[in-house]
Parts: sequence; structure tokens; C-alpha cells
Amino acid sequence: MPAIEDSGVVVLGWWVSMFTTRVRIALAEKGISYEYIEEDIPNKSPLLLKHNPIYKKVPVLIHKGKPICESLIIVQYIHETWKEGYPLLPSDPFLKSQAAFWADYIDKHIYQVVKLTWDSKGEEMQKRVEEFLGYLKVLERELGEKPYFNGESFGFVDMALICYYSHIIGFGKIGNFSVEKDTPKLFAWATQCMKRESVSMTLADPNKIYELLIEIRKKNGLED
Amino acid sequence: MADEVKLHGVTGSPFVCRAVIALNLKGIKYEFVAEDLSNKSADLLKYNPVYKKVPVLVHNGNPISESLVIVEYIDEVWKGVPILPQDAYEKAQARFWAKVIDDKCLPAVFKAVSSHGEEQAVAEAHEALQFLENELKVKGIKFFGGDNINLVDIAATFVAFWIGAAEEALGIEVLSKHKFPKLTEWSDNYVNCQAVKESLPPRENLVAFFKKRFGKA
Repeated sequence: MPAIEDSGVVVLGWWVSMFTTRVRIALAEKGISYEYIEEDIPNKSPLLLKHNPIYKKVPVLIHKGKPICESLIIVQYIHETWKEGYPLLPSDPFLKSQAAFWADYIDKHIYQVVKLTWDSKGEEMQKRVEEFLGYLKVLERELGEKPYFNGESFGFVDMALICYYSHIIGFGKIGNFSVEKDTPKLFAWATQCMKRESVSMTLADPNKIYELLIEIRKKNGLED
Repeated sequence: MADEVKLHGVTGSPFVCRAVIALNLKGIKYEFVAEDLSNKSADLLKYNPVYKKVPVLVHNGNPISESLVIVEYIDEVWKGVPILPQDAYEKAQARFWAKVIDDKCLPAVFKAVSSHGEEQAVAEAHEALQFLENELKVKGIKFFGGDNINLVDIAATFVAFWIGAAEEALGIEVLSKHKFPKLTEWSDNYVNCQAVKESLPPRENLVAFFKKRFGKA
């Protein structure tokens, strides 16, 4: 077992985690092979707790025995370490700063889709759905007429958002909204992204995510 | 063609201060556009429509928002004194610690201050600050960047200067010397760095601000 830590790339992840998906998409775009270790959340492994003692979360990328935590930081690390192959970030500093800004916006505003599905219902849920749709519409405006947030090609912000897609679909079923109807541009964008192997092979099955959300809601007494 | 650099901000903001320190560290000439947050300029609203907040750096007409994004942009565009390490792994570590500061330390410290040093809030602030204390202790370093300041030190500016001002204004203790000897030592060294010294707002203004904002009537 100890040998795994010292060779190549290892990813500690969880199939439910959109942040794990994000890192796996980035590695796939670069064509980097790695060992994937599925964590049994909530029974976190000693390896995870050792390599991410502050946040104790997935994903963790371990490269030659050294851990890197936080998915956006990991993607930037991959971009800076494996300079050949698909560019994960723009080379222009201004465009790079915009990519960083929007990825940060996504994590600040879209991540709550997780909390929303786990602990609200009825009128409160509807209020939060409205708010959430508002954030999706901000992103739609930013996308504009471009095929990708990154412009003509799939990039950092696209990776940052598409990893949430299965959760957004699941939330749509629970919160009674449709990405296709309510944010058609985002729907078209997501459909485009899913044609990429890195995304289609990595994104969690939306049905499985939906089933898990319902299970959690039942446990929290939010569903009959 | 000369660069046009503007920074929209307010002098009391620790986030604006991060950008100011980065600009001063690199010796960049810029225009400080003082904003009145109760009456934001049309330019600010145009440059940061998403958050409508300061700081916003405008470089040759291109706006960049969010303090740490600004600092990284400055480091990338202007060479000279490095703010981030060159090595990809060390860079990732620096970004990680800057995130810990914003995710964990800042909200906990804010709560401890705004609650007037309420016991539970202070305990949580201590828990968050302990991460930084341990990092300095374990690595045996003067600054988070080693011998020189880096992104992490800049991110932690509020720890070095804003906490002390709040403590004085409200008669509370958050960053005690005996609990945080390394962090206290780091604070003293940090505020004495040239680029930092010339970037910090006058302390008495900050104390007055905290008294006004959070002081008991």
C-alpha cells in the first residue's frame, strides 16, 4: 500500500462530489493517467484525513506523494505542471483573471444547490429556487453567444460549472424547474459539454444523484 | 505606451489593502479612486456589475475584481518582486493557505469582532487562527512566504492590523500574545515591511471605524 503514495498521480474522490468530477475532467482533458481511490463518505479514510487535515474533504490529488487540495487549485496545479496537451486556462493574464473570477462566482453561488436539496421544502424551497435560477441567469448572460464560457473552446469556467450539472438536474426535479425551459442557453451549453469524452465519462449519472437526493430528503423528513 | 492603472477602493478595507500592498510591492504607479460605498460611482457599477464591491483594479480599461484574483493578476503582469512562488506545488500551497484564510479565518474573526468578543465566537476564531499559528511554528518561518512576504501574508493582512484595531476599539481580545506567539511575532514583522507600511490605513481611523460600526452605544 505505501508504494501508491510515492508514484505518479492518485486522486482521492467521491462519485457524488462535483469537485471530484471537476478534477477528473481536467486530468482527462490532459490525458493524464492516475489511480482513483473512491472514498467511502462519511467514513473518511486515514489517507484522506492525513492529506487534507484542515478541510478533510475530497478531492485530493496526490502527486509523487505530495497532496494538493481544493479542486480549482488542483486544476491550476495540473495546468502548471503538465504544460503540454490541452490548455486548461487561458495564457493571457486578463482572460485568466476573468476565468478565476467566474469559477469563484460559481463555487460561491452554485454550490448551495447541494444544501438546497438537502434541507428545504415547500414555500422556502420555492424562494430559494427563484434565487438559484437568478444565479444561473447571471451565468447565462456571461456565456452570451459564445459556445463555451472560455470562448471557442472548452475551458476552466466550463469545467468549473459542468461538474454541477447532474446535481442541478436533480435539484430541478425536486424544486420543479427545468434547465431546458428556464435557462435554454445553459442547457445548450451543457449538451455541448457533454459531447466531450472527459465530461461524459466522468459526470455522475443524474438518475443516481437524484435517487441519492431523495434518500437524503427522506432521512431529513422532507419527503414522504 | 504607458500603462494606465486605477484602483477603486476605500482606505479602511482589508481587501482593498491587499491590492494596494501588491501594487506597492511591485512599485506600480496607479491612481487610487476613493469610493463612497453609500454612493457608488457609475464606473464601479460598470466595472463590477456582479458584486458592486471594492477593490476593482482597472488596467488599461480592463477591470479585475476580487482581491486575491487582483493580487495574482498583478503578480503575473508585473515582474519584479514575486508574490507567488515559481514552483507549481509551492504555488498550490500558497493558494490553499490564502483560501483557508478567506474560508475559515476571516468569517470567524469577523464574528468574534461583531459579537463583541462573545465566548463561542472567540473560541471559533482561535480555532481558525490556530491553523496559521501551527503553519508558522511547524515551518519555523518568519513570513508565510519564508524570508519574504508572499500571497499568504498579503491575504492575512487583516490578522496583522485589523484585529488589533478592533481589539482596541471594542476592548476585546482575539489575538492574544500568549496563545499565538508566532502569529503575534509575524504581525509585528509584517506591518514593518516597507510595502506593507506604506499601504496600511492610519490606525486611529480604523479604531474609530470599529468603535462607530460595532461599539456599544
